Amino acid sequence: MSAPPVLRLEGITKRFGALTANDDITLELRQGELLALLGENGAGKTTLMNILFGHYTADSGRVIAFGRELPPGKPRAAIEAGIGMVHQHFALAANLTVLENVIAGTRPLGALGLGSAAAREKLTALSAKFGLAVHPDARVGDLSVGERQRVEILKSLYRDAKVLILDEPTAVLTHQEAEQLYHTLRGMAEHGLSIIFISHKLHEVLAAADRVTVLRGGKVVAERRASETTKDELAELMVGRRVARPRRESQAPGAIALKAARVDVGTALKAIDFEVRAGETLGIIGVSGNGQHTLVRLVSGLERPSAGSLELYGAPAQRPTPRGFVAAGIGRIPEDRHADGAVGEMAVWENAVLERVREPRFSAAGLVRRAAGRAFAREVIERFDVRGGSEDSPIRLLSGGNMQKLILGRNLAESPRILIAAQPTRGLDEGAVAAVHGEILAARRAGTAVLLISEDLDEILALADRVQAIVKGRLSPPIPIEKADPRRLGLMMAGSWEDAA
Amino acid sequence: MIRFERRTHVPFSLRLAAPIAAVFVALAFAGILIAIAGAPVLEAYRRMLIGAFGSRLAITETLTRTAPLILTGLAAAVAFRARLWNIGAEGQFLVGALAAAALGSQHGLHLPPVLLIPALMLAGAVAGALLLLGPLALRLRFGVDEVVTTLLLNFVALLFVSMMIEGALKDPLAFGWPQSVPVVADAMLPKLVARSRLHIGLLVAIGLAVVIALVQARTVFGMESRAAGLNPAAARFAGVSLTCVLVKVACISGGLAGLAGAIEVLGVKAYVTTDLSPGFGYTGIVVAMLAALNPIGVVFAALFVATMFVGADSMSRALGVPSFIADVIVALSLLAMLVALSLANYRIRR
Ligand SMILES: Nc1ncnc2c1ncn2[C@@H]1O[C@H](COP(=O)(O)OP(=O)(O)O)[C@@H](O)[C@H]1O
Ligand SMILES: [Mg+2]
Repeated sequence: MSAPPVLRLEGITKRFGALTANDDITLELRQGELLALLGENGAGKTTLMNILFGHYTADSGRVIAFGRELPPGKPRAAIEAGIGMVHQHFALAANLTVLENVIAGTRPLGALGLGSAAAREKLTALSAKFGLAVHPDARVGDLSVGERQRVEILKSLYRDAKVLILDEPTAVLTHQEAEQLYHTLRGMAEHGLSIIFISHKLHEVLAAADRVTVLRGGKVVAERRASETTKDELAELMVGRRVARPRRESQAPGAIALKAARVDVGTALKAIDFEVRAGETLGIIGVSGNGQHTLVRLVSGLERPSAGSLELYGAPAQRPTPRGFVAAGIGRIPEDRHADGAVGEMAVWENAVLERVREPRFSAAGLVRRAAGRAFAREVIERFDVRGGSEDSPIRLLSGGNMQKLILGRNLAESPRILIAAQPTRGLDEGAVAAVHGEILAARRAGTAVLLISEDLDEILALADRVQAIVKGRLSPPIPIEKADPRRLGLMMAGSWEDAA
Repeated sequence: MIRFERRTHVPFSLRLAAPIAAVFVALAFAGILIAIAGAPVLEAYRRMLIGAFGSRLAITETLTRTAPLILTGLAAAVAFRARLWNIGAEGQFLVGALAAAALGSQHGLHLPPVLLIPALMLAGAVAGALLLLGPLALRLRFGVDEVVTTLLLNFVALLFVSMMIEGALKDPLAFGWPQSVPVVADAMLPKLVARSRLHIGLLVAIGLAVVIALVQARTVFGMESRAAGLNPAAARFAGVSLTCVLVKVACISGGLAGLAGAIEVLGVKAYVTTDLSPGFGYTGIVVAMLAALNPIGVVFAALFVATMFVGADSMSRALGVPSFIADVIVALSLLAMLVALSLANYRIRR
């Protein structure tokens, strides 16, 4: 604790019109420290980091790096002072190679080719030192999201950053990639770099950070050492009230609603077996990339079995199409709400009715019944507490949590007999997670058969009655949730079903 | 520091102002070129307006030009909305014209005029639609990029027309000129204004623009095709058949371009030559972009483009400025429009 701070923010205040995004924030970062900035969406985390980096100018307050005050509003000065920032949305040129992206901006345009041998050497050395494996000549457009993030980090390191800021670095990563990223960050801190990362995920913050600063409504509400706090305490600090995730109560399941018997889909799913009963939740856990995507497509009506059979309510699925499944009483929450769940430029009400628009209540003789559609959307908005826009605003204006509530609501408003929930809370903040979990549990209580596909252990443990693991396109046999402890689930996800049994 | 910020909502007034601002910017830049060519700029623009609207004849000529541009503009707008990149309106225009000419000649259909004219229009539309369904089938089946196929089919269509009017459809009375046999008098569209070339095709085009606007805004098909164009994955998840949407869109888009060709034959020329279209198909793309793909906007964009072309001719005659200036103005306004549209999505904040 004796080392001097490498970075100090002093009394930062920033207003956007009437809104105070940052309110007199003071914050210190010490050398070799991993500081987490925790807060719900809209708490002002990104704004604060943008001020630190010189993208925004604060209304008042100072930024002091390595003992010298930074001139406000000058990103270049921040870079020269040794601060590097990895934004929430990456800023890489897809058509350039990794090496070109890394050196772009460090020298005059047009001189990109010059001295690239030295640059390549430096880049390779950095990737080796910090375990950030990427090929210098790969085209950035061909890289996965995780790899692009590594390029962003390397770009900062290449400019000799000694302080690294990452804005929600895991929002776009899979569980595995996130773990690996934190491992890398830890290694970088041990090499003497100082790091601030932004997150709204409690378990990450607790596992990875040395110290946590909690931001709420633009103010610093608490500071804790990660070793001296708990998830519950942080959740409460972050949200401002006690948020208990709702609990599952046991109940007797009813008849089989959805069943797969030795279903193959191409080579992505192999001889999978599962059944979900009314009033029961079956959790499918697995590391992403093991066939979940195809499984979701299968049970959403987008993919047909190439062998085996999929049964609805005891009979083979008649019309395995999205509309056929919707008509058969299946509610579907897609994995990726932006890509599959919503058309961003279309109105909230259009998104609410799109999958049912051909039903007589929403259209007649090919004409959309707009009044009925709007009324349905209003009902969903009200009942599921969707905030941030009316039925006529484009859905892209809604925050992730509210968009998810709308998607959930358009399904649950119809009291579906089966609910497919794929990664229902990915990327949501604590308050929204609790709301979504509450709705899923309420549906189960009302007798809906829920198939929950998730890579979040806590979520599965909180919601599921039985669990199966998905590994390389195969499903393990189910185990009851009472017997599922993290160690056992870990073994199942690694494919050792016999050891886990 | 000044920075741009994405607007959450683009007000209608701004969406309306964007094309108008774009046109003025384009005229200002073109003014520089006119000045360089040694002509007085304001006088040149005055001549242009007179040329396009200064007399009954001028007005009817401008509107006669507008009609096919509305239709080819709609063809592009409808297709682009659904992300079907139909660059082949020029070819579809030509086969539509050829179909109308072939069936409308004395060797073609024999029907009373009330039936003959709609039948010939339909024939043109069908021919245009068929020409677009080919590339669409290749895209759906094999993933072949329709930009390339539709573009290349324009040249195929032109050569096909050329072959037909030198061969099977050649007019023996045309003193050896390569042109098709003319359509019968009953097949010609009624005039809108006596003693002019302006025909009811203009009303047909405007009517279709209104119909298409209503279809896009009010029907299930409109909603589904909008979804398919904006986010194909989400549309598919919601059960929209992309194939089905694209086939319908291709029929409408190709049909509109084919109809434009038919109307040009039945309304103005009566026969087909290889220079029947001064690039109506390609200009339709510009019209659609100027209108930001809005069907009603297409009507005004088409009128603007027609004004420039007709007006520039008379300006060039009066002042000796090359009439290519019309192309320059249209191209500049397209560029300015693209800039204006993206600026309209942002607001400036300091
Ligand atoms: N450029 C801006 N103009 C107006 N309001 C903004 C701007 N940037 C952020 N805000 C508002 O400031 C608040 C804090 O936003 P942000 O810093 O992005 O939060 P976080 O990153 O913690 O989710 C939000 O209410 C957001 O709507
Ligand atoms: Mg943020």
